[in-house]
Amino acid sequence: MAKVTAKEPKKVKKQTVGMKILTVIFTIVSVFYVMPIVIVLYNSFKTNEDISRNLFAFPTAESFNGFANFVKGMTFGNYPFWEAAIWSLFITLGGVFLILLCTSMCAWYIQRSNTIICKIIYYFCIFSMVVPFQMVMFTLSDTANKLKLITPWGILLIYLGFGAGLSVFMFSGFVKSIPIEIEEAADVDGAGPLKTYFGVVLPIMKPTVISVAILETMWIWNDYLLPYLILDGEYRTIPIHMQFLNGSYGQTDNGAIMALVVLSIIPIVAFYFACQKYIIEGVVSGAVKG
Amino acid sequence: MFKKPKRKLYALIFVLPTFAAFVIGFIYPFIRGIYLSFFQFQIVSKTKFVGINNYLKAFQDDSFLRSFWFTLGFVVVSLVLINLIAFFVAYGLTIGIRGSNVFRTVFFMPNLVGGIILGYIWHQIFDGILRNLDMPSLVTNSDMGFWGLVILMCWQQAGYMMIIYIAGFQNVPSDLYEAAKIDGATKGQLLTKVTLPMMMPSITICSFLTLTNSFKLFDQNLALTGGAPLKDGIWTTRMMALNIYKTFYGEGRSAKGVGQAEGVIFFIIVVAISLLQLFLTRRKEVQA
Repeated sequence: MAKVTAKEPKKVKKQTVGMKILTVIFTIVSVFYVMPIVIVLYNSFKTNEDISRNLFAFPTAESFNGFANFVKGMTFGNYPFWEAAIWSLFITLGGVFLILLCTSMCAWYIQRSNTIICKIIYYFCIFSMVVPFQMVMFTLSDTANKLKLITPWGILLIYLGFGAGLSVFMFSGFVKSIPIEIEEAADVDGAGPLKTYFGVVLPIMKPTVISVAILETMWIWNDYLLPYLILDGEYRTIPIHMQFLNGSYGQTDNGAIMALVVLSIIPIVAFYFACQKYIIEGVVSGAVKG
Repeated sequence: MFKKPKRKLYALIFVLPTFAAFVIGFIYPFIRGIYLSFFQFQIVSKTKFVGINNYLKAFQDDSFLRSFWFTLGFVVVSLVLINLIAFFVAYGLTIGIRGSNVFRTVFFMPNLVGGIILGYIWHQIFDGILRNLDMPSLVTNSDMGFWGLVILMCWQQAGYMMIIYIAGFQNVPSDLYEAAKIDGATKGQLLTKVTLPMMMPSITICSFLTLTNSFKLFDQNLALTGGAPLKDGIWTTRMMALNIYKTFYGEGRSAKGVGQAEGVIFFIIVVAISLLQLFLTRRKEVQA
């Protein structure tokens, strides 16, 4: 084992024997780590019989099925996959936008006006982060039904309400660190709260906006139970669609499902490689403040 | 900033949208959930007050008790394993070995994929392995279902916690180590007297996150085994979240009042255990 020294991760230091061995070990582990996803990737090109015969065998000339699984998957389960993908995208983008706009404004007002009611709202937000979804699952879907919030538009409001806790908390933490003098200067110049907010405060909050956006995107895009219970049957998101295909008893078509798994992972991986720096910063700041 | 005459107007603009959604999406369902847990009902328009009967029934319900013990076992095992793995991997990736950033990228990746899809992928992998070994499928043995879920969660969550531990390691000031070395501390002492105390905030956060994530686990449980196998009328690998869900919506018994009472109990357990955990680990934190 290499010795404990000051940590400077960006700089690669002179490699001792121990460190070289560690690199080899991590390389092997990494290969195993991505295996499950790689296996699904090459199985999506195999015929169903070959998938169930041996999952781990690479496609051969006989077992190679071309893009047949992908073609079949697009309409498999009596629901077009692209429609689920569009609803997922719409709900994620809409929900995240709404959460960022509304909760950042709310957090700023709460921190700056500091009345008793504001404090109560703040503590309720923290409290809501611990409550398990099953506690409010039934009453929430009942409420959504009565208020006719069972469309992809309506569910955005539910996401704003249910996602408010973490984001109000994170924005509040950041607002506390902004010197109030900056805002007062803008106010003296006659800007008024709305102009001050959009012209001065929001640009300062950009790092937190990105972190919250990342965390809420990861949550809403992958969320299964909330949209499943709330959305009307004619709308499916990708997780709802995948669980539907997986759970359709006896008729599971693994080739088609694996093709769809590949299709739904590709955008995530692309997103990951494009914004990796922000994603990792988002996770860290969410944890440190959470 | 918000002065008297127009203060109410600005409260409307800034706070009302979030507050209204918060009431609809959380506060009202939460309060009504507690209220309804004292009623017997199939549909909300026909309720009958039964006092604490739903709670008594929940505690006599074998499948609820089974899901509690199954969840507790899973939480303990995954809490320990995920944090140990993440801690040592993070340590290995902060001593400056070649390829650290690549490894970090790889280990975090599973967190971006949703629980339903991960559950499906691992179900296929486990069944593929078991089939090659001529063993019965994952859903026929509750022990295998348990360890399958543990492996899935370690694979997914270790990368997330690793990110937090890496940030923790990077925040330990290097002069602390130098001072300790000048004082003649051994490697073991450096670890137990410098690194560990300085890492306590990260350990608090990571154990809090793994604890609550594991307790609330639903998607992975549903997609990996769905609670199978069924033994003596009890789904043996159902965790609490899935069990409550099935009490509400599954298997025709539709005892919604009991389901709601189980939801309240679940909520109290999660809050109590997270508070206890925060109290225990916060006590060990030190100031730099």
